[in-house]
Amino acid sequence: MYSYNDFDEAFVRERVSQFSGQVARRIDGSLTEEEFRPLRLMNGLYLQLHAYMLRVAIPYGTLNPDQMDQLAMIAEKFDKGYGHFTTRQNIQYNWPKLPDVPAILEALADVEMHAIQTSGNTIRNVTADHFAGAAADESFDPRPVAELIRQWSTDHPEFQFLPRKFKVAVTGASHDRAVVRAHDIGIVLKEQNGVKGAEVIVGGGLGRTPMVGKTLSDFVPFADLLPYIEATVSVWNLLGRRDNKYKARIKITVHENGLDDIRARVEERFAQIKPTFGGVDMDMLAQIEQFFVSPIFVDKPMESYTRAYENDPVFRAWADTNLAAHKNADYAIVTVSLKKPGTTPGDASADQMRSLAQLARDYAHDELRISHEQNVILPHVHKSNLPALHAVLKANDLATANAGLISDIIACPGMDYCALATARSIPVAQGIATRFEELKLEQDIGELKIKISGCINACGHHHVGHIGILGLDRAGVENYQITLGGDGTETTVIGDRTGPGFAYDEIIPAIERLVYAYLDLRLDAEETFLATYRRLGMPPFKEALYPVKEDKADAA
Amino acid sequence: MARPFTPKIVTANALLEGDVIYLSASDTWVRALSDAALFDTQEVAEERLAFAAKDGFAVGAYLVDAVAGENGPEPTHFREDFRRTGPSNHNHGKQAEL
Ligand code: HEM
Ligand code: SF4
Repeated sequence: MYSYNDFDEAFVRERVSQFSGQVARRIDGSLTEEEFRPLRLMNGLYLQLHAYMLRVAIPYGTLNPDQMDQLAMIAEKFDKGYGHFTTRQNIQYNWPKLPDVPAILEALADVEMHAIQTSGNTIRNVTADHFAGAAADESFDPRPVAELIRQWSTDHPEFQFLPRKFKVAVTGASHDRAVVRAHDIGIVLKEQNGVKGAEVIVGGGLGRTPMVGKTLSDFVPFADLLPYIEATVSVWNLLGRRDNKYKARIKITVHENGLDDIRARVEERFAQIKPTFGGVDMDMLAQIEQFFVSPIFVDKPMESYTRAYENDPVFRAWADTNLAAHKNADYAIVTVSLKKPGTTPGDASADQMRSLAQLARDYAHDELRISHEQNVILPHVHKSNLPALHAVLKANDLATANAGLISDIIACPGMDYCALATARSIPVAQGIATRFEELKLEQDIGELKIKISGCINACGHHHVGHIGILGLDRAGVENYQITLGGDGTETTVIGDRTGPGFAYDEIIPAIERLVYAYLDLRLDAEETFLATYRRLGMPPFKEALYPVKEDKADAA
Repeated sequence: MARPFTPKIVTANALLEGDVIYLSASDTWVRALSDAALFDTQEVAEERLAFAAKDGFAVGAYLVDAVAGENGPEPTHFREDFRRTGPSNHNHGKQAEL
């Protein structure tokens, strides 16, 4: 994996020392909050409902064990013993105190990590397929391109005061696990006539105006990719609506000006700037690629795996749900679920982080990933090591066998932490997961993605959940709107609203009715919730959600 | 007819700790909503907010509706109820500290 060069190291240390000075000046009163706020946001420090929150970038979701150990140390020393992994491959600390933040940033810099550009109107942490470099369906590892974009976008002088935030995601696989069509720019790496390049998708996004990204260029060769992306951001930087922050994202610019107009402007800008790159980007890419060579896969007997699979039903259930196909048939990609029913989606304790770091050292070629689905991935595990790994996971409360199932819910922090929230999302996720565990239906229901946001900003991706839940404030009470049929993969669809929302104590029974309706309606156990919805549309689900009440005229 | 006035409290977050604070009757910042001062007119409330906003150790001061309860002011909206309590998924924040 990537390792900082002298330039990166010096830059990150410099930022820590600048921000330490800014914190000191804020505390001694020489900076007002108004002056300090943009500075702290540039360094990932928010002020939420109950405390500060520090958002730390995990570029393209990749961590080494020492970094994971350091995240655990920070959680223990400066926070309340845990961290929260988010849909944007970041980790958030919910309880840092302002005077401690410089020391936290210093500790992060010690392991080549930072919180720069995790907030504000800049190009944010670049995300990527969490199975990168391991997935059987991958043509290219997206991480070198993601790292190139990280280096280019970090402190890019033209892009520090964009009209709004800007999010980039990269995948190199046929199955999209990075939700690239819901990003300002989505990049799908591919090869055409023997030339490496990428499809560039623009103008996707969730939030209050969800939109599916559109193809800006079907194929940009690698040699043109960075200038092409720069041209795109540059066109939007000039054209984007700075008068209204709800219209400032590139999705609105594309919508208002039309894709063809944007494409023409990008091409014009590209022609201007391309000569100024002079190939240095390709040299850098070649250097970066050296850091992402595959681990040396071992060849050893597999019978420990086969034996455990045949004899241990708990191991088998976990293996059936939480393993994904690796490009090396003797290996597996392990999803470690941070979704044990009743716990907070995405939270990991310091002890859990340390045990994951050790597992990566012992069994997974020193690599960890954070998925946008708020789980931890061990991308390269030889199958013979799986039984031993599973035993350690069990001992650390990390062996929940639910990846991709109904209790593997994405939930944003909602009103339990977030100052912008209009309702809670975490307890709804906890309630649904616990309820379906009681019902023992989870395996039977099969693949079902529930995603919950605590306000219209859609940090919990509810628009692309097979079942999406949006928490709102309706006349001073929490109210939950349901959407159905959303999809965040290569066939991205924004879900459809079912109708009136549900009160806090009605939302879990409502989800239960929906799921029972699905079980009745599906053709067979192979037909997923999403496929059933696509076949039948809204009416039968709506009927289940809003049964006609005999005693009340008002069913809402 | 004008809507009846709902009494107000002044609240903010502490600069160093980041936690929720309230303005008391003696112009100090207190950590429990029950110790907050409740202002009965818009005029007084705004005047106290202007005073509070000048304090560099309080961040983002604002006025919020509250009503008098048996043990001091009570929130009228669930957001303020969470702010005075802490998150519902962990026993952290005010509920653990006060
Ligand atoms: C301090 C807490 C947070 C704040 C203030 C915040 C703020 C926002 C805002 C204002 C938007 C809407 C942007 C727009 O439509 O222009 C947004 C979108 C989004 N946020 Fe957050 N967010 C927070 C936490 C999180 C967390 C914890 C996650 C990951 C779990 C996250 C991931 C996202 C995603 C995926 C989107 C939608 C994609 C997009 O269109 O940008 N955010 N956030
Ligand atoms: S969706 Fe809303 S409530 Fe949830 S984290 Fe984002 S801004 Fe906060």
